[in-house]
Formats: sequence, C-alpha cells, structure tokens
Amino acid sequence: MSVQQPIRRKLDVKNGRVDLSHGAGGRAMGQLIEDIFHAAFDNDWLRAGNDQSAFDVEAGRMVMTTDGYVVSPIFFPGGDIGSLAVHGTINDIAMAGARPLYLSASFIIEEGFPLADLKRIAASMGEASREAGVPIITGDTKVVERGKADGVFISTAGVGVAPPGLALSSDAARPGDFVVLSGTIGDHGVAVMSKRENLEFETQILSDSAALHGLVAAMVAAGGAGIRVMRDPTRGGLAATLNEFAHQSRVGFAIEEEAVPVRPEVAAACEFLGLDPLNVANEGKLVAILSPDVVEATLAAMKAHPLGAGAAVIGRVVEDPNFFVEMRTSFGGGRIVDWLSGEQLPRIC
Amino acid sequence: MCLAIPVQVSEILPDDMAKVSLDGVAKIVSTALVEDLHVGDYVVLHVGYALAKIDPEEAQRTLELLASAGAALQ
Amino acid sequence: MKYVDEYRDGKLARGIAATIAREADPARLYHFMEFCGGHTHAISRYGLEDLLPENLRMIHGPGCPVCVLPIARLEMAIECAQRPNVTLCTYGDLMRVPGSRGSSLLKAKAAGADIRMIYSTLDAIRIAEKEPEREVVFFAIGFETTTPPTALAVRAAHKKSLANFSILCNHVLTPAAIQSILQSPEVRELGSVRIDGFIGPAHVSTVIGLQPYRFFAEEFEKPVVVAGFEPLDVMQAILMLVRQINEGRHEVENQYVRAVTEFGNERAQAEVAEVFELRESFEWRGLGQVPYGALRLRPAYQNYDAEKRFGLEAKPAEDNPACECGAILRGVKKPRDCKLFGTACTPDTPMGSCMVSPEGACSAHWTYGRFREATKAAPQRRSVA
Repeated sequence: MSVQQPIRRKLDVKNGRVDLSHGAGGRAMGQLIEDIFHAAFDNDWLRAGNDQSAFDVEAGRMVMTTDGYVVSPIFFPGGDIGSLAVHGTINDIAMAGARPLYLSASFIIEEGFPLADLKRIAASMGEASREAGVPIITGDTKVVERGKADGVFISTAGVGVAPPGLALSSDAARPGDFVVLSGTIGDHGVAVMSKRENLEFETQILSDSAALHGLVAAMVAAGGAGIRVMRDPTRGGLAATLNEFAHQSRVGFAIEEEAVPVRPEVAAACEFLGLDPLNVANEGKLVAILSPDVVEATLAAMKAHPLGAGAAVIGRVVEDPNFFVEMRTSFGGGRIVDWLSGEQLPRIC
Repeated sequence: MCLAIPVQVSEILPDDMAKVSLDGVAKIVSTALVEDLHVGDYVVLHVGYALAKIDPEEAQRTLELLASAGAALQ
Repeated sequence: MKYVDEYRDGKLARGIAATIAREADPARLYHFMEFCGGHTHAISRYGLEDLLPENLRMIHGPGCPVCVLPIARLEMAIECAQRPNVTLCTYGDLMRVPGSRGSSLLKAKAAGADIRMIYSTLDAIRIAEKEPEREVVFFAIGFETTTPPTALAVRAAHKKSLANFSILCNHVLTPAAIQSILQSPEVRELGSVRIDGFIGPAHVSTVIGLQPYRFFAEEFEKPVVVAGFEPLDVMQAILMLVRQINEGRHEVENQYVRAVTEFGNERAQAEVAEVFELRESFEWRGLGQVPYGALRLRPAYQNYDAEKRFGLEAKPAEDNPACECGAILRGVKKPRDCKLFGTACTPDTPMGSCMVSPEGACSAHWTYGRFREATKAAPQRRSVA
C-alpha cells in the first residue's frame, strides 16, 4: 500500500501574496520557485533543480558582470524591473564587445508582495531572456519582512565571451576619435518619472529598455579593433558616461548639442521638470568611441540594425588637460557638461 | 526656480483646473490665477499653476523684432 | 516646443550679438545686472556671455530665492522636519542646500525625517488630505512668481478646514531686493560695483507687472528692461538696454510683451494680498536685513503659520567664514574670488547656496565660466580637423 500524497494546492497567483514561508527553504519555497520562476524561465538547467548550473567554457576571454535592480515603480511604460534586469545585464556584457551566454537572477522579495505581480515580472524576464537568446540558468530567492525591501529587488550576474583581438577599454579614447550615440536619449528616465508620485504627467514615451548585444555584434563586425570603448549610459545619463571616459582616458570631449538626438516629448518632459536630457538614464542605448577609420562602416552597420536606426555622430574626442566635456551650443558658445550632483530621482534603474 | 514654461490648454476641468500639454506631455494644473481660458490658449506654467496667458500677437511681434535685430547686419 | 524653440535660434542670436557689438559704444563700459536667477541660468546655459562684446559685462544679481535664504531659516525647516509626526514638503531645489555644520534637508531625510519633494503646492494639500494623521508643513520660498501658489494653498486649506496643514513662510520681494542693491555702499557711494541697468525678471513680472520698476528707473536713473527667459529674449533685452544707455534714457521697457502687461496678474496679486502681509524686516543671505522685503501670514491665517504652530525660532547661524556667497549675491565679488570655489566648494560638496542652486552665480561659473577660462588659457584646445 503506497503512502497517500498530500494534495498539492496550486499557488493562488490571483490573490495570494508572498509570505515568509516562501523564503524558508521548505516546500512552500520550492513551489514558489517552480510555479513562478521555473515556469517562466523554463530550461534544462533549471529543471535539474540544483543550486548551481554547469556549462562548458568557450575558448577566449570570459567576461562577467553583476547588477542590482531596485527601480521604482516596478512596472513602468515599456517595461518592468524584470525585463530591465535581463536587458541591463546583457548590455553590460555586450559593452565589452562580448557575446552574452548566461544569466543568473536572485530575488529579494518583501513579505506581502502580490504573487500576481511576481508572476508578471517572471513572465517578462522569461520573454526578454528568450528574445535575447540568453537563458537564466540559476537563481536564488529570499523573503524579508514587510518594510525591509521595497517590493522586490533583483540582483543578477551575467557571463559572456569576448572575441579575440578586441580590447575595449575606457582609457582607450584618443584625440580625434569620434563619439557615436545609437539613438535618442532620456526615454527611460522620463518613462519611469512619469509614473512617480508627485510628478505624474501623461506621456506616450516608453522606456527604451532593450538588449543591445545584436547591435554590438553588428558593430564589432564592421568596426573591429577600431572601436575603442562602448558604454550604455544608464544612471547619470550621457553626461556621466562621457565624463567617465574623459577622466579614464585623460581627454576632453567636444559635443555638438544639435547632434544629440532627443525626442520632442522627452525634451518637453525635461522642460516641465527642469532636467537636462543629458543627465537622464537610458536602458537601450549605447555610446561608442570610434577611431576615425571605422566611423563610416560602423555607423552604417548601426543604422541598418533596428536598435541603431537613430544612430548619429555627436562629437569628437579632443586634447584637454582639464578633461572637460564641452557642449557646443547652437549659439556658438560652449558649456561644460558635468556629472549630475546628487540624486535626481529615487531609483530608476 | 522660476522655472516657468509655455504650455497649451487642452482641456478645461472643474474646480479651476485644466489639462495642459507641451509637445505631447500632458499635466493637470491649476488655472485659479488666470481668467477666461479656452482650449487652445497658451499659458505660462509655474509649479503647477498657470500664471499668465501668452498673447499670440505679441509673441509674433517679438519674433519679428528679433528677426530684424538679428538680420540688421545685411 | 511652441513659444520656446523660436526664441532659441542660434543664428538669430549671433545676429543680435553682432548688432549689440555694433551699437555698443567702444569708448565706454556697460554693466548690466540680471536680477533673476532664471536669467543667470539662461546666460550660462547658452553661453551668451561669449557673444557679448568685451566692454559689456553681466553681473549676477540675487534673484535666486534658494541663494538668498539665510541658513537660520533653513535650519528652522530642518528642525521642524525632525518634530514628531511632521511631513515637510519642499521644492526639490532646497534638498541639498547646506545649513550649518554640514546639515541639509537631504541629510535630515536620510536620518529619518519625513521630507518629501513636491512639484506643486497642490501636492502638499493633497498629502495633507490623504494623511490626516500627519502634520504637513510646506516649506515656502520664492519671489513673487512662487508666492501666489502658496497663497492659494493656504486658502484651499482654509476652505477645506485642513487642520494638519501649515506653511513655513520665506517669500521675498523683488523691488525690495533691487532697492537694497542700489542703496548698498558698494553701489551708491564707493562705486566699486557699477550697475548701468537691469534686466528685469520674467515671471515675477507676469505677476507684478511693470509698475514697481518705475521707481527705480526714476530715482536711481537706471534703465530696466523686463525680459523673457529664452536666450533670444535676453539678447534682445541687452540690446534694448544698450540703446537706452546710448540715448541717455532710463525707462522701464518690456521685452517680454507676450506674457507681461503693465499691471501684471491682478488676480494673483489679490490672492497674495488676502493671505500675506509685509514683514518689517527679514534677513537675506548676503544682503543682511532688508526692510519690507519679505512676507508673513496675516492674522486671519495665523493657524497656518508653522512658526507659531511649532514655536520655531530662527537661531543665529553663521555661514562658513570663507564662503563668499553674500558678496557674490551683491555683485561685489565673483565666484573666482572665493577661496572655496572649485576646491572645497563644488556642486557635489556645496559650501554655500550659490553653488547648490543651478541659478546661483557659482554654479553658473562652474558650468560655464571655468570653461571660458580654460579656453582662454589654452586656445589650442580644439578638436582635430
């Protein structure tokens, strides 16, 4: 006579909430992981149910990155914390010119978080991961008491492999190099801000959150070693990225204000709030420093890719002992673009 | 701080409020300080309140003055 | 953006600059003070000083309400925010202004005070309605542009019988400030600060109209041109000032005709008059005690005065002794003259209010002025062809 099996109740996704038992390591946690995360990410690694996952290492240089996602609000026009986590981690790998291979995702969930929202986030991550062709092969779940985490925090790691001969580095920019932007700036930050309490405004702007590894592959094929460095201007916006490059490469920048693409709606939202689009976060754009001999080919490759259709040369690298990033205005004058001081928004990445 | 921008009234709402927009970005603001507003009017917006109506004729006149001042070199 | 982009045309700006250069008398100097912080910001943002002839200089005035807020009043707000149950609502600009001993609203928030950044007084009223158990205090600052929104908030609170709403009032007046500058020893007697004319504030003037400036034009024989905020407005206003000086006139002229009228917004003025009255004296950072230059709530609205409700007192607080914000606000010194500028005092680590506010002279110099200095020192700083 076989032992009776307990009735396995389905997770009440519609009305249920995460509680401390879901993080305790027992059956409840196992069920949460299976029904929510494995169901959404679905691959052999996860189905094996181990605490770790193994993969063969490709020949070449391995690249690894880690990221934390604390965006508020969790759901925003054009994405959510889940899709953002997938795109952002993939992009960090891609900015090295590397091919992203695998992701990990660790969730810290606040007691009381609606299961429906968790399922929605997981589904969004699964979709982003499948679309990008980069599986989430291992993960972790913790639950903390109410008030100890703002809904959910997601921490990721990513690994990838860099093609041989490519040595992108932020200290590689040289005077005379070109600065290229893959598209409009400010979209993500404005989309998130529009949902923030006390700022609410209506807009059609969507976050530009996207995985850029396909665009990068096209660029690497066209520009190769002529690509000095790439970076996605997330927190701090384009201003922060250019200043980082300036200091790390010990150069200055001369950027043409008119050449920096900004959607009219984004410009308008920034006017409303008194912000400069240069300081606003982007999650689906990259800025690349290119040596002059590869600019034409690389720019053409970018424009041929859906995520680079709006690509443009926005300026040049110059010699400057002060490492200033200069914005040349349409007035023929110049102003310094600095890092933004202090926090402008509470967590948009 | 005196951040004020010109926005267009797109909808008049009750209780001295209105929806205004600038290039597709819309916000609901107070019109308690401005009289006789119509949809399509432009107002100067400051910290959530419309402060003054923009006079389109005067605006045009200013643009013409600017153009002539700027072109005087000819 | 309509009514914005047309007034930012770089080509037209260069054309007007050429006209200014032609009409400016090479035998004399022109010193104009742009009173309003918004103009300071526009001038630095668009690099307008680069377009002006060598003999025409702009002096940054004290029209930045963040810059002129004395430390003692900021400390009062910080102290209030730390009282039990208080929710302090503030415009974003004030969060990082340094108080004494490195304090700030941002730091007080990190230490647990309920301080919320809002876009409009409408938000403060909404919070008071939604959270009746909280004591909601609105930290009110600003010149005449920003005062009517506060007046309306107080009226709304009164109408809705919101017992948990009050304001900490630091509203100040433009004409009093202009008067204070023109009567300061450096301007009047010593002549060490020469001011030949004023660019009048844009949006303050939509509220107060042109009338209040006539006194200055006549009494001190200085022309005043009220200008819009866009760079072309500022350029045109400078041209109008040059012409007045050349023709020996000292009148009040209106460049911002699309939004400013002779008498201003009388409805807004009435709302303010209903709720506020003049303080006999109020300390301004940099200008010291200014008579009849600030507002407080009228007796009928005493209940909404946070100073009374919480028994708040301004405790004497000193600026960092090396901080030159005061002198800079009066136009007596330039940011470069301050020992702290660029070293101890930067936008990331501001020592004084002139650096925190994007309209402050030091912040403007950090963004724009440093670059001009660097370019002048190293003209070979040009990109490869």
